[in-house]
Amino acid sequence: MSVLVDKETRLIVQGITGREGSFHAQQMLDYGTKVVAGVTPGKGGTEHLQVPVFNTVAEAVKATKANVSVIFVPPPFAADAILEAMDAGLPLVICITEGVPTLDMVRVAAALKHSRTRLIGPNCPGIISPGKCKIGIMPGSIHKQGQVGVVSRSGTLTYEAVDQLTHLGIGQSTCIGIGGDPIIGTSFLDAIKMFNEDVDTHAIVMIGEIGGNAEEVAAEYIKKHVRKPVVGFIAGQTAPPGRRMGHAGAIISGGQGTAAEKYKAMRAAGIRTVQSPAEIGHTIAAVLGKSKAKPAAKKRPAGKSKKHVTKKR
Amino acid sequence: MKIHEYQAKGILAKFGVPVPRGEVVFKKDEARAVAQRLGTSVVVVKAQIHAGGRGKAGGVKLAKSADDAATLAGQILGMKLVTPQTGEEGRIVRRLLIEEGLDIKRELYLGILVDRALSAPIFMASAAGGMEIEEVAKDHPDAILREVIDPATGFQPYQARKLAFGLGLTPEQVGAAVPFFQALYRAFIETDASMIEINPCVVTGDGKLVALDAKVTFDDNALYRHPEFKDLRDLEEETPLEVEASKFKLNYIKLDGDIACMVNGAGLAMATMDIIKLSGGSPANFLDVGGGASEEQVKNAFRILLSDPNVRAVFVNIFGGILRCDVLASGVVGAAKELKFKVPVVVRMEGTNVQQGKEILRNSGFNFAVAEGMKDGAEKAVALAGGAR
Repeated sequence: MSVLVDKETRLIVQGITGREGSFHAQQMLDYGTKVVAGVTPGKGGTEHLQVPVFNTVAEAVKATKANVSVIFVPPPFAADAILEAMDAGLPLVICITEGVPTLDMVRVAAALKHSRTRLIGPNCPGIISPGKCKIGIMPGSIHKQGQVGVVSRSGTLTYEAVDQLTHLGIGQSTCIGIGGDPIIGTSFLDAIKMFNEDVDTHAIVMIGEIGGNAEEVAAEYIKKHVRKPVVGFIAGQTAPPGRRMGHAGAIISGGQGTAAEKYKAMRAAGIRTVQSPAEIGHTIAAVLGKSKAKPAAKKRPAGKSKKHVTKKR
Repeated sequence: MKIHEYQAKGILAKFGVPVPRGEVVFKKDEARAVAQRLGTSVVVVKAQIHAGGRGKAGGVKLAKSADDAATLAGQILGMKLVTPQTGEEGRIVRRLLIEEGLDIKRELYLGILVDRALSAPIFMASAAGGMEIEEVAKDHPDAILREVIDPATGFQPYQARKLAFGLGLTPEQVGAAVPFFQALYRAFIETDASMIEINPCVVTGDGKLVALDAKVTFDDNALYRHPEFKDLRDLEEETPLEVEASKFKLNYIKLDGDIACMVNGAGLAMATMDIIKLSGGSPANFLDVGGGASEEQVKNAFRILLSDPNVRAVFVNIFGGILRCDVLASGVVGAAKELKFKVPVVVRMEGTNVQQGKEILRNSGFNFAVAEGMKDGAEKAVALAGGAR
């Protein structure tokens, strides 16, 4: 199993005829993701990459029974695209777009509260259940199907962690990039809850960064409810206060949101923290080796993770 | 984007927020003329820099006459203000705000920002005006009143009344506070601000509420909706290298160390700074070249990194996803040819087309250190920069 996306996922690409949308739609098709529709207003009725294009998300859903949408439209139109996908009743929407105005996201967040749609992002790499479905801009080749759930605010830093895992022979159940903006649809807490309930996720990697207190909130939940091993890293230990470190959400303001505070909360929750980003893979290997496969009910012959731990290197 | 106090007050006044009468000046003699025009017995001379803590650092003075104002202006203009927010290097004062003096009875704090956890704007108010709000929040969290604003309905009059009565204002003052607070919220929404702070908002002897100070920061992501704000940017308040980097859409932040880093992605860039520190070195900068960087962009990045005279080694750490390693390698080689730098360069690449990338570096004729993994790369960079210190 995996979280949120799998072989059954039928994907719409909003902005499929744009440069970014087109490139990544092809990458997703190559990975084996079922891209069933594209949406570009005014280009309905045409085909792009042999995928039918529709004028609206509602039409695309009706014609193709799509259940997930990914958004590649430019920032001024991103909030509108999310709301359109929500209105079409899609349970999952992933917004890759970077640079969406915060007040646009305030309005989107308010609308999402009254809907059944889950948003991932914006400003995120997307979500992948290796071997089953890739939605977003991450390089598919570095991933490997397996039992570690990865959740992160960053893109390339997630690739770094995944690459370490894969090199050690440790696969991933699902990797979720929740995005680097101050207002995002899916939080660490949401992702951790899903991984905790997923029987095929045996361990969790949580990669946070400075700014806000989402890591602390998740740590509090982990302390109370999560028995699976969690490995945590926080980027920005050396970041100066008051400066926005690339991501709009990565800023220490008024002494709040420092890496030190987050590490403290994570350690207090029993999370295995690493100070060095190069230690994420090995630490997961160590905790998986020790955790003697606790999850009780397994549908498939799992437990492969243990063998894989020491396979390479 | 940060702006000056006088600019913030100008914008707020357009939305109906009461601000003191005043004008910006760039020269000593202009200060005299403005003080005469204001005609009050006391005028305030305020240094305009993009940092708080100006008063304590000597950047805010009271003048009893127009001549006095000119003298003080002469002293403050050109002065280097060092405040907790400027860092040790301080900021040179180039602009002054000359304002009417007010008869101050009370000092309040007002602030609007987007609360990340609630995903909604909140309006904060406190009777402890004039103090650092972070200090108040730490020591007396109950002293801060908060109203969460539903973006669909907006900031309601009852919420403004709750805040105003909570601050202990008289019914008459509440009558003035409600439109004041609402104007502030309108300004927040319509300018796409990420923060507005009025600290202090004063109650004057004749019972009026006035924004004595004003800090407004705009959401960079929304600047495309406000082309009129472009002119408000003061490049002299920014680090020259950061201004240069922004021309090429490079996300660069200068730091104090001697190991320059060039990374793709903000999270990995921060993590790279961290691992340099863990390896005993000190990062010279944060630099995210972005996901779709071209060879040209890599060259620009190198030029900017190497303009920092403290740099003794460069650590390139790229996880190629969209950015292919061969493109990166060509960019690095191109930069080495064009810029003819002598600083040692450590390259760590992983991901798309990594073998071709390594091949390009090997065949370049330059002596790049190729690293296996982040840790190895950071350690090599630290050693080449002269070891841990």
